[in-house]
Amino acid sequence: MVGGAADSSAREREVWQLLEGIPDPEIPVLSIVDLGIVRAVRQEADGRLRVAITPTYSGCPATDVIRCQVRAALDARGYADAVLEEVLSPPWTSDWLTSAGREKLRRFGIAPPEEAVSSPRQLRGSPAVSCPRCGSRETERVSEFGSTPCKAHYRCRACAEPFDYFKCL
Amino acid sequence: MILAATPAGADGQLQQAHSQYVLRLADTSLVLGQRLAEWIGHAPALEEDLALANVSLDLIGQARLLLTYAGELEGQGRDEDALAFLRDAPEFRNLALAEQPNGDFAHTIVRHWLIDAWQLEIYAGLERGVDTRLAAIAAKAIRETRYHYRFSSGWLVRLGDGTEESHERMQRALADLWRFTPELFTPDELDERMSAAGIAPSLAELAPRWSARVTEDVRLATLALPAAQPYPWHGKRGVHTEHLGYLLAEMQHLQRTYPGAHW
Repeated sequence: MVGGAADSSAREREVWQLLEGIPDPEIPVLSIVDLGIVRAVRQEADGRLRVAITPTYSGCPATDVIRCQVRAALDARGYADAVLEEVLSPPWTSDWLTSAGREKLRRFGIAPPEEAVSSPRQLRGSPAVSCPRCGSRETERVSEFGSTPCKAHYRCRACAEPFDYFKCL
Repeated sequence: MILAATPAGADGQLQQAHSQYVLRLADTSLVLGQRLAEWIGHAPALEEDLALANVSLDLIGQARLLLTYAGELEGQGRDEDALAFLRDAPEFRNLALAEQPNGDFAHTIVRHWLIDAWQLEIYAGLERGVDTRLAAIAAKAIRETRYHYRFSSGWLVRLGDGTEESHERMQRALADLWRFTPELFTPDELDERMSAAGIAPSLAELAPRWSARVTEDVRLATLALPAAQPYPWHGKRGVHTEHLGYLLAEMQHLQRTYPGAHW
């Protein structure tokens, strides 16, 4: 049915837009779509909507909050019968951040990851990190761990500002 | 015990064994995560306080995924909270190494580094196993474990090859904790059954990889590996050191006092 397929893809687009309006609880400039947490929005043959999300870090406390926010947003939009499922595979990595999301992070003052997680420099734990304020590459790591599970702590040697780096995992 | 919800006979037995195996992995992550959380507000520097809290959170997150799965396999309606908060020490299946007290920072680092190196091998093996749920959890966890290992092995080398005092403390921690390492790679009947079923990796195959990594790190840290010692602890079979009971008393206090309480 051509009309049915068009309806369902219109509905899927509408739900994607709805989810783009849900901010990450820890980094509110990013939506959960920017973060790559939403894996799929599908209209199933039985008419129900299926939404798949994936956790970032295993222990990230924001995951529970995000699940509740997605459920509430779906309910409020009339999708109370939508199935919300959690998928683990393939695992989330910082590579799932969209390019729009990276730019939002930088403007917010958090350095986004610049290289893929499997790049040789990442694997040795010495990625190139640019200062989100002045753009200098003369930066140094203060701590591999920061205020939330997704961040490491850096300092710029050019402008002397401390800043957060979205860690690569 | 009534096992009505699980398949009867040989299949049911295998599923219970499978549940026990997943519980071992879960409990090691949970107990180590709880130990690291004890450092919050007490670590030697703010950065290390944050690091230990973050690593703890990752481990507890891994434990939640694994406990949920173990509960489903068991089929008696126990969820992650029931398994974490309403079991007594002999029902815990963690490695005895994980429950050892924090001691000084050297003991915490050595314990953590030994288990990080173990988890790296176990998770890599599980990723290749036939159990797709366990493989997905392992694929997620191993990324975090690599990050943890960089932290723990970094401190091992820095403190081992540091001052006279730090070197001596690291050597002492290694001597104190080494006796718990045979449990990491000594397979028992359950381990062998799981590896025969293709669910778990063979511990005998992983052991040399772990040994090579640990030996190299110890060399870089200018420390000396202690001699092999007898193996009287069987944490993964529920035979624990006295320390686990105290850890659980604190961790389970709220649920034991106010059963069913939630935020």
